[in-house]
Amino acid sequence: MTGLRRLLAIVLSLGAVAVLIAAPFDLKPYGVYILSLWAVTAIAVIGLNLMIGYAGQVSLAQGAFVGIGAYTTALLTTHGVPWIGALVASGGLSFAIGWLLGYPALRVQHHYLAFVTLAFNTLVGLIFRNEDWLTGGIGGISGIPRPSLLGWSTNPPRSFYLFCFAVLLLVALATWWLIRSPWGRAFVALRENPVRALSLGVDTRRYTLLAFALGSGLGGVAGALYAPLVQFIDPTPFGLGFSLNLLLMVIVGGSGFFLGPFVGTLVAVLLPEWLRFAQGYYLIIYAALVIILLAFCPTGLMGLFGRLTTALRPVPARPAAATLTETVP
Amino acid sequence: MGDLIHLITAGLATGAIYALVAIGFVLLWQTSQTINFAQGQFVMLPAFFVLAAMKQGGLPLWAAVLVGIAASVLLLGVGFKKLIVDPMRRHGVLPLVIATVALGLLLEESTKTLFSAQAEAFPALVPSTTFNVLGAPVSLQDLSIIGFAIVAVVALQLFLTRTTTGRCMQAAAQNPEVARILGIPVERMILLTFVINATLVAIASVLISPIYLAKFSNGGALGVAAFVAAIVGGFNQIRGAIVGGLLLGVVSNLAAAYISAQYRDAIPLILLILVILFRPRGLAGRAEERTV
Repeated sequence: MTGLRRLLAIVLSLGAVAVLIAAPFDLKPYGVYILSLWAVTAIAVIGLNLMIGYAGQVSLAQGAFVGIGAYTTALLTTHGVPWIGALVASGGLSFAIGWLLGYPALRVQHHYLAFVTLAFNTLVGLIFRNEDWLTGGIGGISGIPRPSLLGWSTNPPRSFYLFCFAVLLLVALATWWLIRSPWGRAFVALRENPVRALSLGVDTRRYTLLAFALGSGLGGVAGALYAPLVQFIDPTPFGLGFSLNLLLMVIVGGSGFFLGPFVGTLVAVLLPEWLRFAQGYYLIIYAALVIILLAFCPTGLMGLFGRLTTALRPVPARPAAATLTETVP
Repeated sequence: MGDLIHLITAGLATGAIYALVAIGFVLLWQTSQTINFAQGQFVMLPAFFVLAAMKQGGLPLWAAVLVGIAASVLLLGVGFKKLIVDPMRRHGVLPLVIATVALGLLLEESTKTLFSAQAEAFPALVPSTTFNVLGAPVSLQDLSIIGFAIVAVVALQLFLTRTTTGRCMQAAAQNPEVARILGIPVERMILLTFVINATLVAIASVLISPIYLAKFSNGGALGVAAFVAAIVGGFNQIRGAIVGGLLLGVVSNLAAAYISAQYRDAIPLILLILVILFRPRGLAGRAEERTV
């Protein structure tokens, strides 16, 4: 990246951050809620993108990890534990369970792995529904408090949005650092050619488990924000459908692109609002658009964007898109 | 004892339907490496075609069923292959998987919006009488489902092993390159598997809808059952899909009765995880030469 382009990228991202901070002051409470939902969901999608886009491990269980995080936070904060403690517990529990779920990934790949994680997602859903003593069953858990930090209460929607956005920024910065660190490079090596990575001394076992654990842990972090955002949780939102949707967001945004999750989540969360005039048809339109996008450009919107900018620029750009294409041959 | 017989026949009936759906799923994988995440929605939809043909078209049940199968072949077979699988196949397995996920959503939402959001009653093919077998109530409906499924499977098996087209299809699935060299029209064979899959899901739909009603949201659970059946039995063999389907139907019925009704859905999934971890080729499958 040349100095000028890097400067441009920094200016653009700072501009985007400024817009996103200023955005809620111009919106009705519902708009603020949608933006908060975007920030929360994006965290889970960033985690899933780490697994799929960088390490090449398909997971259909990210929704379950958001659920695990949300339930942990709901249970702890309604029993008086401060939110920070609940966040650590949610992220830590999801990290640990994600690590365990990674073990099957050491033995099987691709569609088999997809089915193991799919089964796991359904099992977690059954536990949420049936273990009344812990999760309140289908009645769910209500009255989840919003955190207050150093005397700053995040109860008003706008404050909570800013709070979610701040967490999203921290997660994004950490991810940015991670994918440029030797760990991130090891993830990519794992995706591109596990055998060669192993022969070059990358401990593929450990990095596979780590990819699962980190991705799932971010799912837990998203859950820790989701619970106080909606303030009432029951088993319904964390089903297989949610996991599939999160997967769609990764792919629509562009898997393996740093900005992919932000774009993919933006489309998935905002599109229903824009297509409100279409009423019952909006999910039909959304699904059709996804299929068309995938047929033309399997690298998602970021890939499409890359293709457009490459086409418009006279000098051939560096082949970034070529190394960051989709994961599975 | 009576309970046990009843549970097993009912389980076999559900299992026979799972087996039909799983066979189609396995066929698509074998010939075109398509993992169809919309398979459950494929089973949900034909029942609505049949209902529409009866209500709007005023057709009798048998004619409506034929219309349903034809519509299913056209849309879920040929249409699916031409519009979704063909443009996507060159991109590899994952984008196609995601596209079928989106397709499942599309079918579900379209059914909900265009047909009905309610569970619709679906006419049974046979009267709902029950016999007594060794003191156990056995319903004619369950027996007829098992009967229809056996006929469908035997017909398919005869087609695949005794006809030239069927053998060409097997060749195209096992080694497309060599099949092409031998002059087998591989593309047409792949299209044929999509047509067979569409027929199988339509039959499954007509058989299962009298019991579970026709509802837009039925697809998810059916799809998972078919995946589990296919993998538990063996992902690369029709025989495996049959074993897996029947086993799944019986095990989940017995588990619901004797272990825990709340966790009846969990038992097959635990079975799935165990099979994948310890015997990835499935109970009745052979080791897969393609990448696992």
